[in-house]
Amino acid sequence: MIRLFWRDLTLAFRSGGGFGLGLGFFLILVTLVPFGVGPNSERLMAIAPGILWVGALLACLLSLDRIFALDFEDGSLDLLATAPIPLEGVVAVKALAHWITTGLPLVLAAPALGFLLHLDSAAYRWLIITLLIGTPALSFIGAFGAALTVGLKRGGLLMSLLVLPLYIPTLIFGAEVIRRGAGGFLVATPLAMQAGITAGSVALLPFAAAAAIRVALR
Amino acid sequence: MASIWEWANPRKFMAWTDRALPVLSVVSACIFVIGLVWGFFFTPDDYRQGATVKIFYLHVPSAMMAINIWGMMLVASLIWIVRRHHVSALAAKSAAAIGMTMTLIALVTGAIWGKPMWGTYWEWDPRLTSFLILLLFYIGYMALWEAIENPDTAADLTSVLCLVGSVFALLSRYAVNFWNQGLHQGASLSLDAQENVADVYWYPALVAIAGFILLFVTLVLLRTRTEIRARRLHALDMRERVQGQ
Repeated sequence: MIRLFWRDLTLAFRSGGGFGLGLGFFLILVTLVPFGVGPNSERLMAIAPGILWVGALLACLLSLDRIFALDFEDGSLDLLATAPIPLEGVVAVKALAHWITTGLPLVLAAPALGFLLHLDSAAYRWLIITLLIGTPALSFIGAFGAALTVGLKRGGLLMSLLVLPLYIPTLIFGAEVIRRGAGGFLVATPLAMQAGITAGSVALLPFAAAAAIRVALR
Repeated sequence: MASIWEWANPRKFMAWTDRALPVLSVVSACIFVIGLVWGFFFTPDDYRQGATVKIFYLHVPSAMMAINIWGMMLVASLIWIVRRHHVSALAAKSAAAIGMTMTLIALVTGAIWGKPMWGTYWEWDPRLTSFLILLLFYIGYMALWEAIENPDTAADLTSVLCLVGSVFALLSRYAVNFWNQGLHQGASLSLDAQENVADVYWYPALVAIAGFILLFVTLVLLRTRTEIRARRLHALDMRERVQGQ
């Protein structure tokens, strides 16, 4: 399992596009928003938490098809499915690798982009904490969506239709944490809810995703 | 021993629905019409809402059905996963389109009702938002059915999606509640409430709800029969092709 983890990481690094692409997309999205809504700094400050979270969602979505699609095409997914480690473990490791290559860079880059959007100074701490807690859920939910569409020829658009509604609770609680943090209110409730979503997704969704992959490989 | 599962055998299913459908269609058409006509023409206008209150007889039953149809799909998906009855998977597939239509009806009638009452067609109110999310779940579910060619694979994957989707739909419901305070009033009809809608409105509403439920059952049976016929046709076609070679 550890080897598989390193293999996925190495592949993501060496194939170039996968690693930086999400970050680049995040940057472009944040750059586009002021053009769309105008450079008024107060308005930007008000919408910054939402923009950062929606951007993280979309950047994560972009790279989801890399989790299983390439391995499905060249047949290594069949090998992994017949390997002695359980398929659920494979899914979990692959989702974790996806988080390291997509979610973690987003967490690190978010404060800089928050600066561009005039994010309230009290909110930076919560921005980092909530992204750190929430993005693993995005990777694991996304892995489930990718598993559902792995056998399809043009699954990309369908996958976003399936995955984005599943992201709604994470988004709501994530943006709420930042908004409350910026206003100086208590953040414990939404933060705990979000942590719960992440824990539940990490624990349960690999089973659903593995079931979907077994169907696709049948 | 006769068991309920025997009814799920496609041939038996076709046989008993063949007998039940004509009766069911007539009964559901009658009750549907009675409920709506009673609601529309034989109830007094509300003292504040005037005649707009009558959209209630479309809005409330369709909203109830929109939620309950997803529950029915969940049960049907579970039955497919556990016992692998094809009729069950096809029933879930048939129900999705009806559920989506009900969600749309609830959203549209709500918007029409909301304009004179709240002064707005759309507000990001928790109930309204959850229904929009429910609509998205229905669309995703149907899109997945359409995208997969092999019917058994499609049934399996959509069932898994239905299970996971149910959990996330519930989560979204509570997350949305948390996210924004509501404009929508509380439940209009509940059994344990102290105060409900007045009896004059309550009885026709019950009839209308019964009409919607019967309409749904009729449509699901009809659509499931269509799906079974389509499946048989497909099988015949394949056999012809194999023999033709």
